[in-house]
Amino acid sequence: MSAVAGSATLRDRPATGAHETRADIVVVGAGPAGIAAAARAADSKRRIVVLDEAPNVGGQIWRHRSPATLGSEARAWIDRLSRTNADVRRGVAVVDVVVTGDAGDITVVAERHLGGVDVIRASALVIATGARERFVPFPGWTLPGVTGIGGAQALLKQGATFRGKRVVIAGTGPLILPVAASLTDAGARVVLVAEQAPFQAVRDFAISLLGQPETLLQAAMYRLAFLRTPYAMGTWVTVASGGDRLTAVTVTNSRTTWSLPCDFLCTGYGLVPNVDMARFVGCTTADSAVAVDERQATSVPNVFAAGEVTGVGGVALALVEGEIAGATAAGVARIDPSLGRRRQSLWVVARRMERTFALRQELGSLARDDTVICRCEDVRRAAIASLADSRQAKLYARAGMGACQGRVCGPALELLFGWQPGTVRSPLEPARLSTLSTAALAGAASSDAVHSAGS
Amino acid sequence: MPPRPSSSAAAVTISADGRSVRVPAGVTVAAALLDLGVSTFRRSVSGEPRAPLCGMGTCYECRVTIDGVAHRRACLVTVADGMHVTTAATAEERQR
Repeated sequence: MSAVAGSATLRDRPATGAHETRADIVVVGAGPAGIAAAARAADSKRRIVVLDEAPNVGGQIWRHRSPATLGSEARAWIDRLSRTNADVRRGVAVVDVVVTGDAGDITVVAERHLGGVDVIRASALVIATGARERFVPFPGWTLPGVTGIGGAQALLKQGATFRGKRVVIAGTGPLILPVAASLTDAGARVVLVAEQAPFQAVRDFAISLLGQPETLLQAAMYRLAFLRTPYAMGTWVTVASGGDRLTAVTVTNSRTTWSLPCDFLCTGYGLVPNVDMARFVGCTTADSAVAVDERQATSVPNVFAAGEVTGVGGVALALVEGEIAGATAAGVARIDPSLGRRRQSLWVVARRMERTFALRQELGSLARDDTVICRCEDVRRAAIASLADSRQAKLYARAGMGACQGRVCGPALELLFGWQPGTVRSPLEPARLSTLSTAALAGAASSDAVHSAGS
Repeated sequence: MPPRPSSSAAAVTISADGRSVRVPAGVTVAAALLDLGVSTFRRSVSGEPRAPLCGMGTCYECRVTIDGVAHRRACLVTVADGMHVTTAATAEERQR
């Protein structure tokens, strides 16, 4: 009732231009975890709103322009979601989330990329915000032509053409090989694939996969071997060079250092859970991921989390966690115990992968004094090296103060200096002033609601 | 929405830095600009050229002006017929 009073307050102020919706469950993120959560919760006839920044559902792993290009599992889940009555909104960025006490009244404010503000009030929130790439700063990493590894894959799927381009791929983890394979298939000349992890670690991991259905990775390995793409382990890029854009990279394996001309360098050092929203609403984190119990419940009542945001583990784990989170959020009392067992066994593989692709120490000292660490504010290493923590780096030198809100430099500061990320504040994404005024009104309406409920 | 496999062959017309160009329907503004050979999407606060890094809305390096709205992330917006896109390149020409 109180939330209805709040929504009436907003509707009485048409000047804000907000589009307000009442739902049972709001799911943030429409990757595998968010899709599974929404689809599962919809089975219980709940009113569901799903929000995602991208133009299409699927997240990073199931990114597509036409469903015809998707694998059968992805298509099945996306079809299943589309057959529910879930209200799926794409192209919106969540800028504010207000969780008001024990009542379970949750307000989410989201800005549409090309104008308009959505305010959703719900009783439960499922955070399925996924993960982003970890970037390691090194001289030249800001040059146009240097992209993430997942970044290159995303741009390729968005329609960018890499045909005939000379590409170096350098980083770590199981993402490297499938991306190398898809860039090669797209006509790029992949001149080197450099994996920083040593040969022995990668070999042991590959052997451990023999009993696992990691077909994507194995197919990529066979394909690259067939195409004779140079794949070097214990190898990393130390410098990217060029004028207004990338023209060459310097590569080392600690014994030999050499230079390679190229048009693109795709570089990424694993994934970082997107915990900002969860931390903002007060969820406890552990090891840079949102801490959840066996029902995917976070430390905040009525707030659940699923997928990479609770620890990087791949699409299969994200789907299982999404199903559990969706069922729990919908109030299902008994959840199929086989889901829990599957979650546990996938979790073990994920942690083993994390150990295999642990970053080598040398990567933390590639940045020079004049290397940009915070790309939004052009804060160079020398400006922050003598400071004590990320809070000082932000207050004294503006590192993490810019548009990305420290999402790129935060993990870099941790690698370089061992600094933990600072406090998360709203807006969660840069927003227009009109959106912020709507967010303020929506937050005020929630407070009124709590006040009236308590009086 | 039913799948339309033929839609990849369709094209839309956008204005990129004042240049009217045909680009494939369904691609993002970032993909379209990269294929048009744009390498400087924006200039950083100290004037460095920048282009898409993460491709997924995290890094904000691909910011351009779309239909008059500044700081739009080119990797999150799909091209549309008649869309006006302005990168740092145009802003620099205006200053000259």
